[in-house]
Amino acid sequence: MRTPRLRLLAAGVAAGLVLAGCGGGSDDDSGGTSSAVSQADIDKAMQTPTELTFWSWVPNIDKEIALFEKEYPAINVKLVNAGQGEPQYTKLRTALKAGSGAPDVVQIEFQYIPTFTITGDLLDLRPYGAEALKDQFVDWTWGQVTGADGQVWAIPQDTGPMGMLYRQDIFDKYGIKPPTTWDEFAAAARTLHAADPNVYLTNLASNQNGAWMGLLWQAGSRPFKTDGDRISVSVNDEASKKLGQYWGGLAKEGVISTDADFTDQWYQGLNRGKYATWLTAAWGPVFLSTSAKDTSGKWRAAPLPQWTDGGQEAGNWGGSTSAVVKTTKNPIAAAKFAEFLNTDPESTMMFATEQFLFPATKAVLSNPAFSDQKPAFYGGQQVNQVFAGISDTVATDFQWPPFLDQTVNDWDETVGKSLADRTDTVAALDQWQQRITTYAKNQGFKVE
Amino acid sequence: MSTVTAAVPRRRRAGSRRAAAGYLFVAPFLVVFVAMLVVPLAYAGYLSLFREQLIGGTTFAGLDNYTRALSDDRLLGGVARVGAFFAIQVPVMLGLALFFALALDSGVLWLSRLLRLGIFVPYAVPSVVAALMWGYLYGPDFGPIAQLFEKVGWNAPNLLGSDLMLGSLANVVTWEFTGYNMIILYAALRSVPTELYEAAAVDGAGAWRIAWSIKIPALRPALLLTLIFSVIGSFQLFNEPQLLQRLAPNVIDSAYTPNLYAYSLAFTSQDVNYAAAVSFLLGVVIVAVSYTVQLAANRRRS
Repeated sequence: MRTPRLRLLAAGVAAGLVLAGCGGGSDDDSGGTSSAVSQADIDKAMQTPTELTFWSWVPNIDKEIALFEKEYPAINVKLVNAGQGEPQYTKLRTALKAGSGAPDVVQIEFQYIPTFTITGDLLDLRPYGAEALKDQFVDWTWGQVTGADGQVWAIPQDTGPMGMLYRQDIFDKYGIKPPTTWDEFAAAARTLHAADPNVYLTNLASNQNGAWMGLLWQAGSRPFKTDGDRISVSVNDEASKKLGQYWGGLAKEGVISTDADFTDQWYQGLNRGKYATWLTAAWGPVFLSTSAKDTSGKWRAAPLPQWTDGGQEAGNWGGSTSAVVKTTKNPIAAAKFAEFLNTDPESTMMFATEQFLFPATKAVLSNPAFSDQKPAFYGGQQVNQVFAGISDTVATDFQWPPFLDQTVNDWDETVGKSLADRTDTVAALDQWQQRITTYAKNQGFKVE
Repeated sequence: MSTVTAAVPRRRRAGSRRAAAGYLFVAPFLVVFVAMLVVPLAYAGYLSLFREQLIGGTTFAGLDNYTRALSDDRLLGGVARVGAFFAIQVPVMLGLALFFALALDSGVLWLSRLLRLGIFVPYAVPSVVAALMWGYLYGPDFGPIAQLFEKVGWNAPNLLGSDLMLGSLANVVTWEFTGYNMIILYAALRSVPTELYEAAAVDGAGAWRIAWSIKIPALRPALLLTLIFSVIGSFQLFNEPQLLQRLAPNVIDSAYTPNLYAYSLAFTSQDVNYAAAVSFLLGVVIVAVSYTVQLAANRRRS
C-alpha cells in the first residue's frame, strides 16, 4: 500500500526529466514532398551490419524474424516483448520522452497510430518506398495507416473486421434463425431470454470500447476528425445515438448481459453457454476455440447484423501494424524490416497459419491454404472465408482521435458504466462527448 | 557532506571527530535518501508548476494546477471516499489487532505461536496476490461466496457492485494488515515490565482489569504509531482497487482513490504536471490528517 506513490513519483520524474526535449514534434517536415531514398542507399544499408530493436507481443514472432535475417544476414533483429497493448505504449512513451531506450520498429494497433503521430514519434515511410505497397493491402487497412497528408505511418500486420460468432445448438434449441438485421437481433434477444432466463443472446462488454467503436464504424458514424491543431468530436451524433438507444435499450430490458470481457466470469460464461453469440473480430474465432474448448463444434460464424435489410457494412476491432520510431538510427533497415515482415509471402502466410493473425494482405486472404480451412470447432465451416468477405465491407474513412487512452478511459466511465448499470446510454454519450471536448481543449486543440 | 568528511583538520576536538564519523555513517543513507526521495519530490514540485499540452508544448502555469485540483470534483470525491474508508476500516482493523494482541499476550491460548503466525501470514502475501484471490472469492457468478449463498437459497449480494465495493476493499485491507498491526502491538506488550502485572495482581486486579488499566495505557504509543501508518495507508490506497478494477471496471473508475487518479492522469491522460500537483495535494492531506491524529492523541494524554 505504501509503494505506489514512490513509484508514481519516480515514473513522473522519468517522464518529466526530458520535458524540454519533447515539446517539439510539430516543427518537423510533415507534409510536403519527402525525398525518396535511392535503391543504392537501400542496398548499402541492407548489407551493413546493423542491429535493430523490435518491440512486439505477437507470440513466436521470432520465426518471421528468422526469415528476414536469412534474407538480410547483415541485419540482426533484437526482439523485446514489452507487454501487450497499453503497457507497451506506456513504456514506449516513457522511452521516447527519456530520449533513449526506444525501439527501432514497434508493434502498434491501428487505433493508436494518431496518438503517436500527434507527438511526431513515427517515421513517415514514403521515402522508403512504402507507397508502392498500397495495392497489396485491403483498402481500409491502408486507409488506417495513412496520414492526413498522405504519410504512410506504418505497415498493416493483421486486422479485426467484425462479425458474429453464434451458438448453433442454442439457436436450434429455441428455434432462432441467425439474425441478419439489428431488428431481428433485438427480437431474438427478447425471445431467447424469455425462453431461458439464464441465457443471453449476447454480451456487450461494458469495458470494451474497441467493440463499441467497431459497431460505431459499422453504423456509419465518423466521430473524430483531426486536422493539425483542429479537431472535431461527435461521439453523440445521429448514428452514435442510434447505437446508444439500441444497446442501452436492450441492456435496460435485461435481455443482453454486459459483463466485463476477458475476465474469469466472462470465460466461464462462454464455456457454460451463458452467451449465445459473441460479436467479435476476425481474431475471435481462433481465440474462442482455445478459451472455450468445451463448446467445440457448436459455434458458427456470420457477418454482423445490418442496420438496413440487405446492407453490407462492417467495422473493425483491433489489429496491428509495424511502425518505425522516429528516433531510429537505421531508418532504412527499420523500414525495410517492417515492410518485409508484413509483405513477404512466406512471412505473411506464417502469421496467418501459425500465429493465426487475420491477414491484411489481399494475397493471403485469397490463398486457399488460408481461406479454405475448415476448423472442427466451427463444425467445418470455412470461417476464414466468412471473415475475408466481411473484410471487404469495412469502410475506409474511419479515423481515430490523437489521444486514444483518454477517450477509452472516458468511455468506460460514461457509456460503459451506463451499460453496466443499465441507465440512460444516450445521456451517457453526451457526457462522453463533454469529457472528450474538455480534454481536447485542455490539450490546446481548437475543438469544432 | 563530502566536504565534512574529506577536509577534517588534523587536530580537532574528539567531539567533532565523532560527529564527522557520524556523518560518514549516515552518508550512504543520505545519498540514497536525497537521490531517491528529496530530488524526485522537488522535481515533482517543479513539474507541478508547468502545463504541457499536445498542441502548444510546455508553458509555466504557476499555481493553476493546484487551483484546478482544489475544484476538481473527481479528486475531492476520491479524497472523501478514502476518508470514509479510513473512518470505518481503520477502527475495525486496529480493534481486531488489539484484541488478538491482548489475547495472545494473556497466555491463555493454546497453540499461540501457531495462531500468531496464522494471523500474520496474510501480511506476507503480496497485496497483488491477495487482491486477485479476493477478486476470485467475490466473483458474482461463480465465486465461492456467491455459490454458498445460492446453496442456502439466499440472493447473493454483488460484492463487486458499486454499493458494496468499498466494504469489499476494506475487508481485503483488513485481512492483509491486521496481522502486521497485531505484531507491533504484541511486541509493545512484551516490553511491559512484569512487575506491574504482579503488583496489580497483588492489588486484586483480574485479567480484564489488568488489560484495561495497564496494558492498553502502555500500548498508547504503539497504537498511535499503527494509527498513523493506517492514515497513510488509507489515503494512499492503490494496489487493491487497481487490481479489482479489472473485475469491476465500471465500479472502480479512474478517480476511485486519489492515488489511482494521479496514476491515471499521468499515464492515461498524459498530464504529468497535473498528476504531480494532485500527488502533492494528497501529500498535504496526509500530513494534515496524521498531524491531527497525533495532536488529538497527545492532548488526551496530557
